[in-house]
Amino acid sequence: MNPHNKSIEELKQTAAQVRRDIVRMVHAVNSGHPGGSLGCTDYFVALYFKVMEYSPEFTMEGKNEDLFFLSNGHISPVFYSTLARAGFFDVKELATFRKLNSRLQGHPATEEGLPGIRVAAGSLGQGLSVALGAAQAKKLNNDNHLVYVLMGDGEQDEGQIWEAAMYAGHQKVDNIIATVDRNHQQIDGSTDEVMDLGNLRAKYEAFGWHVLEAEGNDFEKLLSAFEEAKAATGKGKPVMIIMHTEMGYGVDFMMGSHKWHGVAPNDEQLEIALQQLAVNEAADY
Amino acid sequence: MKDFPYTEKKDTRSGFGAGLLELGRTNPNVVGLCADLTGSMKMDAFKKEFPERFFQVGIAEANMMGLAAGMTIGGKIPYTGTFANFSTGRVYDQIRQSIAYSGKNVKICASHAGLTLGEDGATHQILEDLGMMKMLPHMTVINPCDYNQTKAATIAIADYEGPVYLRFGRPVIPVFTPADQKFEIGKAVMLNEGTDVSIFATGHLVWKAIQAGHILAEKGINAEIINIHTIKPLDEEAVLKSVAKTGCVVSAEEHNRFGGLGDSIAQLLVRKHLAPQEYVAVNDTFGESGTPDQLMEKYGLSENDIVAAAERAISRKKQ
Repeated sequence: MNPHNKSIEELKQTAAQVRRDIVRMVHAVNSGHPGGSLGCTDYFVALYFKVMEYSPEFTMEGKNEDLFFLSNGHISPVFYSTLARAGFFDVKELATFRKLNSRLQGHPATEEGLPGIRVAAGSLGQGLSVALGAAQAKKLNNDNHLVYVLMGDGEQDEGQIWEAAMYAGHQKVDNIIATVDRNHQQIDGSTDEVMDLGNLRAKYEAFGWHVLEAEGNDFEKLLSAFEEAKAATGKGKPVMIIMHTEMGYGVDFMMGSHKWHGVAPNDEQLEIALQQLAVNEAADY
Repeated sequence: MKDFPYTEKKDTRSGFGAGLLELGRTNPNVVGLCADLTGSMKMDAFKKEFPERFFQVGIAEANMMGLAAGMTIGGKIPYTGTFANFSTGRVYDQIRQSIAYSGKNVKICASHAGLTLGEDGATHQILEDLGMMKMLPHMTVINPCDYNQTKAATIAIADYEGPVYLRFGRPVIPVFTPADQKFEIGKAVMLNEGTDVSIFATGHLVWKAIQAGHILAEKGINAEIINIHTIKPLDEEAVLKSVAKTGCVVSAEEHNRFGGLGDSIAQLLVRKHLAPQEYVAVNDTFGESGTPDQLMEKYGLSENDIVAAAERAISRKKQ
């Protein structure tokens, strides 16, 4: 059972609040990655407020609960805000993001003991392997909960991803639901220009995965994709959701470009963004 | 000079295999992962007895390190197995981020380290692995000296919570340490007490140091020989105590002279007790094809090289 189990209307409100957190966090330190964070906000909010079974009383081992791993660690703002809003730590701590002596490092880390983080991520391509290991440990422990992992689409350039993809198919790791954030953007430009991923769905299918596609910025479609993905687990194949999102979603001037991958808004841009991210009862940290 | 009689020669990798099998029987959390080198790593017995706890990952070492990190999250104690080169340099960033920085309880077990891998040549003969691994915060680095000690170390590290790099090798060498030894991480082992020079050796060089000790004794030189099986954390107390007595040092290792045991000792001496030190190590070069004995001779890692280094160290002490 999800500890929040919110309705779609409530999820939308939470997502707006998380997006407010994201732009405020990166603005406060004039650094960080708002684009991918905003694009994946609905995914994170759906997972932590509806889909996953877990306890906000964090334990590293996470036995008998669903686990989530973030592989593209640079979208830490959305991860931190979601964890705080879901009850892993006080939302006030979001104000320490990227500052000295903070548990909210630029990229997620376990070193400072932030609840909710199970592995460091930032150097790309490693999270799928870690998630598969955790999934296989669950099988050894007769723990029938699921492991979720999010990767970027630019991250698919990394060779380790394909080592892990091949392993998952071969070993029939069917208690994992991986997701690729298919926003078609990476630092140097569009994924088509930088490194064309070709038919990503066919690639994963060729590696033995059950693949489905989802709209990542529409809760109804996203939740039904999660239901479909869950139903596909336990059938001898790892499950992949190719999730179509828009980088910067929710803030019009950040959308549709790689420009806001790793750039923070200035004071004026922050005000405009916050106006666009209205919530019924704003509870900014 | 003490005698170290032995009745058989065995490879240290077989000590690892035997230790892993014993662990499989005593610790249900221990799992094995291997990158298509099960036979070379001597992991077959574990695989046969515990197929559900053995994971063949194919020739994909980066994925293996990530998988191992993930398995710790479910309370498993993963032992990864591949050659030292593919256990370190090939996957440094995976170890750094997913294992060391993430504080994961992974045991990185590396065979065929150094020149004694032999005929396969320099592509496989890593001489930089100790340096890379000891540079990583949180990492413990262990390089045992024979079959029995490798077996004991393999078993002991399961009870230590944290990432470990366990280095061993391919050739058969004398089994001269006790079968029933208690392996203590970070605790140097006194092999021969002496007064003229301290020889700190690790891995395959420990037996060479013993042979050198006999030659030195014939020359009237009383060498203290200490087995440093744990490179990190270094047993500083044992090193300083010995150097206070002998006043000069030889470090001996099957590794580049940059970044290995010698540098760890030198750094300690600079900080705490200045004394002449001579390195027996590979002189910043790659290896080549050849038999293990030929290579150890050519690259200056023989017992005679240790003798010469000891004599140089002693003469510098007198200057």
